[in-house]
Amino acid sequence: MSAAIIEAIIEARGVAKSFGPTPALRGAAVSAARGEILAVMGPSGSGKSTLLHCLAGILVPDQGEVWFAGRRLDTRSEAERSALRRDRFGFIFQSGQLVPELTAEENVAMPLLWSGTRHGAALARAREWLGRLGLEGLERRRSGQLSGGQAQRVALARGMVAGPDIIFADEPTGSLDSVSGEGVMNLLTDAARQEGTTVILVTHEARVAAYADRYVVVRDGTVSTLTGAAP
Amino acid sequence: MSVLSGPMSVSLALLGLLEREPSHGYDLKREYDAYFGHGKPLSFGQLYATLARLDRDGKAIAGPAEPGGGPDRKRYVITDAGTADVEQWLSEPAPPEPGLQSTLFTKVLLAVMLGRPAIRFLDLQRAAHLQRMHELTELKRSDNMADVLLADHGLYHLEADLRWIDHTAARLDRLTQAVRR
Repeated sequence: MSAAIIEAIIEARGVAKSFGPTPALRGAAVSAARGEILAVMGPSGSGKSTLLHCLAGILVPDQGEVWFAGRRLDTRSEAERSALRRDRFGFIFQSGQLVPELTAEENVAMPLLWSGTRHGAALARAREWLGRLGLEGLERRRSGQLSGGQAQRVALARGMVAGPDIIFADEPTGSLDSVSGEGVMNLLTDAARQEGTTVILVTHEARVAAYADRYVVVRDGTVSTLTGAAP
Repeated sequence: MSVLSGPMSVSLALLGLLEREPSHGYDLKREYDAYFGHGKPLSFGQLYATLARLDRDGKAIAGPAEPGGGPDRKRYVITDAGTADVEQWLSEPAPPEPGLQSTLFTKVLLAVMLGRPAIRFLDLQRAAHLQRMHELTELKRSDNMADVLLADHGLYHLEADLRWIDHTAARLDRLTQAVRR
């Protein structure tokens, strides 16, 4: 636990966020260390996805602070936060959200192309990641020709390809059966550990949270850290 | 954690292993421990007591002591009666155990009755359950499919407990009204 305090790569301090009159977060505080896999649990509507969006700079908190790598994140401009999301963060959502018109390798190459990597180099790197996640031979398929588990692995490859500091995963197995979900979680945690990537894993499923090093529970917009959490 | 509990299950598991192939006592124990022991290996005392009982009841036959070193040179062979027992056991469902009077339930109810912080207890229990689930998830990285299957069995049961814990946490106010005097 002390590692999270000493070497926090990302941290929310007293974050509050409302949507109209409805408060989603009321003073939420959480931090994750470099290379740590942190599960953010909680029932539907508890505010866990809002917390993830605030940490990732997608939403700006009404109150409180968000820090990334020793600098305030929430006070930066939309353009700066957007660049940060592109260059330093990776994202995996419940249902892959691949671009249907693009092939698997083109989907994976996208973050590299946005960052200015040349087309050939980006595709080569994309193919490398697809191979690493057991998707050899599927490089030219479009998302409609992939199973749910395969599409989610493509999304994982896209999230990891640019070497992000942090992967934000919001219910990454939510649309998968238990066996496919397990495959995705094994690949996600293995890849993150090998690359030293921090993972913020939002889930309401205990079986998914069990892959994490540590977990917190969001309840009524605040975060409680459970004692006796995983080592 | 042993998958099997009670002498009945142990003897039937041993019979099942014997149905697969006749075996010496030591080999039988090794097989049992590998598949069903999981941190609670069968003692030689229990092994030979069980084998003697199976022999006495006509479920397995101990062959004559074979020449060779060591005391354990008897080879055990399952009988038709033993095979029938295994067949019967595997064709019956195990009793569903709803655990209505589990320790967990008793602790929560008592905490509420006594005005103690039940939510704190539920949080601690949730943490302990998650910790165990984390360990079982790590165990699933093993190549041994029996370990993986066993870990899954544990994970689904713990998950069911956790859902009950969450549900109870969400209804503590109503529970408190119902049981406090």
